[in-house]
Amino acid sequence: MTDPRELYQQVILEHNKKPRNFGKLDPCTHHAEGHNPLCGDQLELSLIVENGLVADIKFQGSGCAIDVASASLMTGIVKGKSVAEAEAMVAQFRGMVRGELDPATQAPLLGRLTLFSGVKDLPSRVKCAILPWATLHAALKGEEEASTE
Amino acid sequence: MSATLQPLDITAIRRDFPLLSRVLNGKPVIYLDSAVSGQMPLCAIERMAKYERDEHTNVHRGVSTLSQEATDFYEAAREKVRRFLGAASVREIVWTRGTTEAINLVAQTFGRTVVKAGDELLVSAMEHHANIVPWQMLAQEKGATLKVIPITDDGELILESLDELITERTKLLAVTHVSNVLGTVNPVKEIIARAHARGVPVLVDGAQAVPHLKVDVQDLDADFYVFSGHKLSGPTGIGALYGKLAHLEAMPPWHGGGNMIRSVTWEKTTYMAAPGKFEAGTPPIAAAIGLGAALDYLGNLGLDRIAAQEHDLLVYATERLERIPGLRILGKARDKASVISFVVEGIHPHDMGSLLDGEGVVIRAGHHCAQPLMARYNVPATTRASFAYFNTREDIDVLVSAVEKAIELFK
Ligand SMILES: Cc1ncc(COP(=O)(O)O)c(C=O)c1O
Repeated sequence: MTDPRELYQQVILEHNKKPRNFGKLDPCTHHAEGHNPLCGDQLELSLIVENGLVADIKFQGSGCAIDVASASLMTGIVKGKSVAEAEAMVAQFRGMVRGELDPATQAPLLGRLTLFSGVKDLPSRVKCAILPWATLHAALKGEEEASTE
Repeated sequence: MSATLQPLDITAIRRDFPLLSRVLNGKPVIYLDSAVSGQMPLCAIERMAKYERDEHTNVHRGVSTLSQEATDFYEAAREKVRRFLGAASVREIVWTRGTTEAINLVAQTFGRTVVKAGDELLVSAMEHHANIVPWQMLAQEKGATLKVIPITDDGELILESLDELITERTKLLAVTHVSNVLGTVNPVKEIIARAHARGVPVLVDGAQAVPHLKVDVQDLDADFYVFSGHKLSGPTGIGALYGKLAHLEAMPPWHGGGNMIRSVTWEKTTYMAAPGKFEAGTPPIAAAIGLGAALDYLGNLGLDRIAAQEHDLLVYATERLERIPGLRILGKARDKASVISFVVEGIHPHDMGSLLDGEGVVIRAGHHCAQPLMARYNVPATTRASFAYFNTREDIDVLVSAVEKAIELFK
């Protein structure tokens, strides 16, 4: 296994401390809550989707650094993208942190978010990284709740 | 605790635990997770292996020499549990898979018999889910209510509330002897006396108590006392329920099947006397024998010497951890077992857990199966270190520096 310290890189620590897009959009067009029963991580996503594009997105909640940084970076990268692209990112992110996709060649949409690929070596934390993405997937599908269970 | 107590030879003791010399992620293992599960000494591991290798059969089955031998070992282990708990009779010791099963057994037999609609069950705010959910399920089934003894911020039960909480509708009080999160040692003898004065029987969850302190169920006057072998230097899959004989005799059986019957006809089945009527099916024989060996091991070390060593570790760790800026210990009871839960400002316990893991320090980060208690303290989880007799001050030094390193990283 890699040293967990390698995962806690500056970007993750910094986004944990100062999460971007933190808050709630009211009104919004899409909304979902995510819950990680193992950690007690809780996350609420609100989105404004217009003409098939994620025009705006915010999150709030509490969780570990992996979860918060994942949400912060996710909201940044999907903003302005099409719903289809956002869903493709969900699939790539999931595949990457589960170790099923090679971050170097099989996750082209994720950009620097490939820095989460190290999570695959901390199986107990994979769900923390995925939670924001699972919640995004639920919101885009019109579901109110996502769980990593 | 006597000051003249000969201290334990920790160096020798550590040789009895092979896992302690493992290297994980390039770091020597520092096992500070005995509240999750205690490590087994080699003698208990080998006793189980010997059973499986040379003695394996079934118990209470027929006339074969082998079966008689296995039955004798198995029943001898029950006698060791009796002595360990100070019970009057070996008939008061029921084998279970552990604490959880023992509590469910009492809820489903004793509980279902005595609890009616409108009745009340009383638990405390610091219970493990194992001592909450079975009572909730029973209350739901019967239309009874579950009431909660509150705690102070320091993590002590507010005993003054008992007078009001216990009513003529209270059918049982279930309370933990030692909190698995806060380390609080509850004054169960006093609680039992107060409950009994109002005619209320008491179940004590001893899962976290038996590894640390000498228990005497007769002195406590507990109606039921339950524990798990695996937190007591024994194997998983075995534990025990102590019940006063009068209760056990009055209780209906739970699981039906082989071993628990006296005779079966299509018309009518009669049951064994306690404890047999609660022990349907083939039990985990090797585990029971292994637990017996573990109890011998602990007895040889001496429970008072174990308590003295663990108390030293608790005091030392509390002192060192408290000095770390931003670190808060949950649970400051006057009487504590060697369990320390803490949170660090700005670092989620799971991040702390992963970083400590990377340093070889095995601790538990999570809600510890005590979500209502987490809510009481308004934290999602805590990091918890728990110390056993084989731990050293050096182990705590490694913990402290690993915590400091994590804080440095998160700065
Ligand atoms: C206080 C307490 N009660 C009950 C249990 C449940 O024990 P088991 O899972 O062995 O049945 C535990 C174990 O964590 C505990 O700490």
